[in-house]
Amino acid sequence: MLAQYVVNGVLTGGIYACLAVGFSLVWGVLNVVNMLHGSMVVLGAYFCLYAVQQLGTPLYVAMPLACLFLFAAGYAVQKGVINRVIGQPILITLTLTFGLELIVNNLLLHLFSATPRSLVTNFGAIEVFGLRIPVVRIGGMLVAAILTVLVYWLLRHSKIGRAIIAVRMDRHAAALMGIRIKQIYALTFGIGALMAGAAGCAMALIYPITPMMSGLFLGKAFIICVLGGLGSVPGAIIGGLVLGLVEGVGSVTLGPQWATSVGFMLMMLVIIVFPSGLAGKRGYE
Amino acid sequence: MNFDLSSAMKLAIGSAVFAAGALLAVTLDNYQLQVGTSLAMLCVLCWAWNFVGGYMGYPSLATSAFFGIGAYANAVAQLHGASLSVAWMVAGLAGGVIAALVGVPMLRLKGHYFAVGSIAMVEVGREIANNWDGLTGGAVGLNLPLMAGSPDYVSRFFYLAMLALAFLSFALTLFIERTRFGFGLRCIRQNEDAASMVGMDVFRYKVAAFVLSGVLCAMAGSIYASMVAFIEPKDAFNIITTIEIPVMVMLGGMGTLFGPMIGGVFYVVLKEFVWANFINWHSGILGAIIVAVIYFIPAGVFGTKWSILISRLRRSPERKPSKLAEIKG
Repeated sequence: MLAQYVVNGVLTGGIYACLAVGFSLVWGVLNVVNMLHGSMVVLGAYFCLYAVQQLGTPLYVAMPLACLFLFAAGYAVQKGVINRVIGQPILITLTLTFGLELIVNNLLLHLFSATPRSLVTNFGAIEVFGLRIPVVRIGGMLVAAILTVLVYWLLRHSKIGRAIIAVRMDRHAAALMGIRIKQIYALTFGIGALMAGAAGCAMALIYPITPMMSGLFLGKAFIICVLGGLGSVPGAIIGGLVLGLVEGVGSVTLGPQWATSVGFMLMMLVIIVFPSGLAGKRGYE
Repeated sequence: MNFDLSSAMKLAIGSAVFAAGALLAVTLDNYQLQVGTSLAMLCVLCWAWNFVGGYMGYPSLATSAFFGIGAYANAVAQLHGASLSVAWMVAGLAGGVIAALVGVPMLRLKGHYFAVGSIAMVEVGREIANNWDGLTGGAVGLNLPLMAGSPDYVSRFFYLAMLALAFLSFALTLFIERTRFGFGLRCIRQNEDAASMVGMDVFRYKVAAFVLSGVLCAMAGSIYASMVAFIEPKDAFNIITTIEIPVMVMLGGMGTLFGPMIGGVFYVVLKEFVWANFINWHSGILGAIIVAVIYFIPAGVFGTKWSILISRLRRSPERKPSKLAEIKG
């Protein structure tokens, strides 16, 4: 029984990692706590849902489209709105993104209503050593994991990725090296939105989604980010897996209603004991 | 403490406003009393937040956590046989004790980590209230004993109680602004390391401000709980309120005496207007208001240097052609 929960925890943890990578990147590079993140996840999920159910687009086309759409939206929001307040005190950037979150969430509720919707997919399940694993969950986890690794690769080996890391380490020095800071901010925010959209697509395969869930997703991103440390991709992966496991095990030992609280309590503990996250210091990837 | 002419003036103005509010209680109808009570409550929360967020410069998002603790402490105390006044005291005490216990580890954090840690307090509080069925009644909520008396009397009673608490918060702010303690808080906002280097016990100041803020929020929560006579976790530990309060103070001016009140009044008026006219779009419009405040008056009504802003607005049309000429030349 416990083994089943551990497997479920790891599978959910992979999607959690994808959910948190974008949030963590934006926080680490832009120094902005992006309250919009939860709504971006919902937006990705709904884009995918509507493309598949209303327009009949196949899933493997709908998902990249949703990601691209989110990237464009994120890029535009950063370029047009958030870039103007970057570098200001936390309270300013945080409340600004919260204001945007209220607007986007209201729009989502208005367009799609609060009814939970899900992509009804049934690809069956496989059994390994007596553990039952639905294929959809493996698929969702794989997509999330591949994208997360891709972001990691992008940050390490591409020119843009190096520029993003440079801005994260020291934005003044990066500006002197000829990096266009605002451009990098917008790109980073776009990538963050893209990852949120991908996580939303993966979530839509597994759970019914409603716009009311944006706060829940945001909370999870917070926890993972604190567990793993800011702006680090490996940190987000570790944090995601830890949260998935803790929630799984917590719901067996304490009862399912405690699953969310266990995560938050773990986060408060970590925040107090290790103020720079479990994975340690930020810096060179 | 130094009490000069300007503080006497401020005290006089504030007292006049509150006295007028109290006198109005005679003529207001029940709906107006309800709006007045919630306005007074928001003012209390704003002033309470202002100690930590405004004067001390720590981005606290824990307002709802203490509000909820106060509401639940009141309910639990009354259900165990305490009288109303004792239950209110218990609530204030609970807020203070928990603020001290959580504040000691939490106030070592800075910036984003403090903000996130304090918002997590709200989440944890709500989850505990949701799941500890034996004490808090779980997600179903708790009923508080109703107050005896006619509806008119009861609503006036709570209006005046909340107004009194608001006046207390106002007077405390005015007092602290002029003491060594208030000076210390402002030093922490400007440069915490320097403040500690000149021999200030920075940590004790921070915890004291956090506790003060916690007590006031908890008292407001407890009066609120008695008024509505029913509390549930997602109402007591409301995540929206915890973010709205800093926005209100920002609207009025952070770290100022009258800023929290002006911001609260402004926000409530806007909110009532939006609620009444755009019921489906109210949260979106509130979001737009928040964005507009941050774009145009980030320092608030009291913090903005209006003369500079206005002169800049006036001058800008003249500047444009000269700049163009410069480039061409």
